[in-house]
Amino acid sequence: MLGNLDLSFFSWDLLAPFVIRGLIFSLWLTAVATIGGMVFGTILALMRLSGKKALEIPAAAYVNTMRSIPLVMVLLWFYLLIPFAIGRPIGAEMSAVVTFIAFEAAYFSEIVRAGIQSIPKGQVNAGYALGMSYQQNMKLVVLPQAFRNMLPVFLTQTIILFQDTSLVYAIGAYDMLKGFETAGKNLGRPVEAYLLAAVLYFLMCLALSALVRRIQLKVQIIR
Amino acid sequence: MAWDWQIFCRETATGEQIPHCFGKGGDETYLDWLLSAWGWTLTVSVSALVVALVTGLLIGTLRTLPNSPWLSRFANAWVELFRNIPLLVQLFLWYFVLPGIFPALQAIPSIYLVILALGLFTSARVAEQVRAGIQALPRGQRYAGMAMGFSTTQTYRYVLLPMALRIVIPPLTSESMNILKNSSVAFAVSIAELTFFARQSGEETSAPVQMYLAVTILYAISAFAINRIMAFIEKKTRVPGFVVAGGVGGGH
Repeated sequence: MLGNLDLSFFSWDLLAPFVIRGLIFSLWLTAVATIGGMVFGTILALMRLSGKKALEIPAAAYVNTMRSIPLVMVLLWFYLLIPFAIGRPIGAEMSAVVTFIAFEAAYFSEIVRAGIQSIPKGQVNAGYALGMSYQQNMKLVVLPQAFRNMLPVFLTQTIILFQDTSLVYAIGAYDMLKGFETAGKNLGRPVEAYLLAAVLYFLMCLALSALVRRIQLKVQIIR
Repeated sequence: MAWDWQIFCRETATGEQIPHCFGKGGDETYLDWLLSAWGWTLTVSVSALVVALVTGLLIGTLRTLPNSPWLSRFANAWVELFRNIPLLVQLFLWYFVLPGIFPALQAIPSIYLVILALGLFTSARVAEQVRAGIQALPRGQRYAGMAMGFSTTQTYRYVLLPMALRIVIPPLTSESMNILKNSSVAFAVSIAELTFFARQSGEETSAPVQMYLAVTILYAISAFAINRIMAFIEKKTRVPGFVVAGGVGGGH
């Protein structure tokens, strides 16, 4: 029944040379895209909530465009266009990093926007009544609470982001999945390699979601 | 770079220009191919959506059952399993690993495996929304069903699900749009859908910009159409006097 599945074939020593490089890239890509996406996402959200049409419209157009195209297509677009824009090829890995930051910024901006909108209007008015400027109001009153409110969604999005890093397959970047695939092909055991990749992704994401649940309990603002 | 749109009228094998752009007989232009790729994208998305909705509804309901701990545990395990493995990896599991373990599966055309992979991946997300929808109902509704002497099945069929399903329409709209976008991973197992077309034709014609642009527009149109259809369903099924707050859909 079980065909010729042989998981005992793979040992860590056999896999490590192929997998570690990809694993590090996947984690690094997740971290860079999270931080970059957060920074640009916050800027986009502030633009959309600024009340100035000249800022709102381009930000909304950018976010809606990014959200209506599959990530794989965005990866292909950037991989095609970045060399045109800067005049030299930058490689699949760097292209993936730029794409993920640009793509995630759109998704994070929606989270930040919802977070900011979750703060009662009275708080903003209270800040103004105290004589705070817009910057002070955002920095001292709104954003600290907004970030706290959106932390669970934000962390969930980061787990999705980690899973999505596997899509760099489309442009041939060397991530964790590619590492397992290469190992499977070179050692003649592709089935077992894909299975192990799935197990590793599963365990990592499961651990991360358990962590998110714990953080969620800790940071919840009880009203 | 000149933007040559005539490229879509080119025959895919011989490279000659075909008048009127649609190939006749055995000829296939890039335009023909693009449209058939769109058809595949829609076929995969809609079939996977059906799988996701049916399975997700079942699993999501199981998770809220009051007195069946083992069924709830099974449903929870289902959601964790399908939610915590990247879609592309799940696709490879269906396409490479399962036929490798069970050789009988090799006879199944890959399109069915893609539909199953995408459908079950999304079923976990749908199940989450359905569970949240049922739990968003006031507890009194369940008790009211019990007080009427309804069995659990009847309580779900006549009291809980009709309301909960209306609540989950907005998040399900974004899941339906996600399924369309996620169908793009099918390129990895050589289903001739839009993303596969974009990669392949972009290379063959050396005009990737035109090809990508056409594909991107078709994705946007399809997503918009799904959005309108779901909004129509939401409007048609609305219970008068009952306003449902829109949920925030996450994910891609």
